[in-house]
Amino acid sequence: MTNPSSPSTYTGPARSLHWLVGLGMLATFGVGIYMSDLPFSPTKLQIYSWHKWAGVTLFLLSVIRLAWRLTHQAPGAVAGIPAWQHTAAEWMHRILYVLMFAIPLSGWLMSSAKGFQTVYFGLLPLPDLVAKSKDLGDILGKVHGSLNLLMVTLVALHAAAAIKHHLIDRDEVLVRMLPFLKTR
Amino acid sequence: MKKLIAFAALAVLGAGSAQAVEYNQVLNDKSALAFTYKQMNVPMEGSFKRFRGQLSFDPAKPATATAQFQIEVASIDTGSAEGNDEVGGKLWFNSKAFPTAQFVSTAIKPLGNNRFEVSGKMTIKGKTLDVSTPASFRQDGANAVFEGGFVLKRADYAIGEGVWADFGTVANEVQIKFRLTAAPKK
Repeated sequence: MTNPSSPSTYTGPARSLHWLVGLGMLATFGVGIYMSDLPFSPTKLQIYSWHKWAGVTLFLLSVIRLAWRLTHQAPGAVAGIPAWQHTAAEWMHRILYVLMFAIPLSGWLMSSAKGFQTVYFGLLPLPDLVAKSKDLGDILGKVHGSLNLLMVTLVALHAAAAIKHHLIDRDEVLVRMLPFLKTR
Repeated sequence: MKKLIAFAALAVLGAGSAQAVEYNQVLNDKSALAFTYKQMNVPMEGSFKRFRGQLSFDPAKPATATAQFQIEVASIDTGSAEGNDEVGGKLWFNSKAFPTAQFVSTAIKPLGNNRFEVSGKMTIKGKTLDVSTPASFRQDGANAVFEGGFVLKRADYAIGEGVWADFGTVANEVQIKFRLTAAPKK
């Protein structure tokens, strides 16, 4: 994306979707960690349902986000950034996009395999794409957990890189996603 | 004359055999007791793995039929491992104090077309209430198969007390479905 005609900043919807999906995924991840250790109770069943509804919502937002990204050019490399850093950032974004879809999908399939259909907001039943199976449920549970650990690790790196660019390199990288930081 | 005797004998035999058909040997491996319920509006399926039945059913005299069932409460499968660990407890079935649930028929009313209305006393968790369920009868080879289902309200028997009493998480209505296969009297 080193097109000279590329915009210098992200569009408003792109920024909103970035923060909604990013913070939403981290929050839903936190809820997921918290709920799995709860003793069996109505509260646990409620939180599990909320977690699943959040996951479906994040999946839908990710679809919109990907569609927006594919139809609206993102800003190119910030001047002065080494090429390898730009390439690394682009690959980071690609993997995070894959995780945006893979994490909710793995959770949905895991829920079906464990014998719990996902009913969005208690109203809209999603189909069970896999049959109930303890073995498959355990495998998908590990997949869902591993993808999430990868996600938080990569998000931490992604955030650390943005902060480093802002505070140490003092370039425009973070400002493109958070315009109110612009002071210079 | 010979023909007439043979015909008469056949008629007697035929009538005799029709009267003799009484199904009273419940075949547990061909019977099932299942239920569905909703948890956070998510449909869940469960069953009881162990139960015994005593049945006496003569299709010619359905009104005199009787049925009894004893269900081993601890054999429940709620559809999830955590649920199975939970429901034996005091708030649910309290299966240590009340290990057996029971149904005893009090009246069987023919509705026509091999359908019946079975009324009886259901005892769960030490509480006995009147219930009634439709049941259908059909023959499967030499055996009789009875199928039916009805809605049981868990709160009527205090199944799910305390934090579970609210129906927002686990619904009150539990759809019971049964299939009983019985062999004829030996």
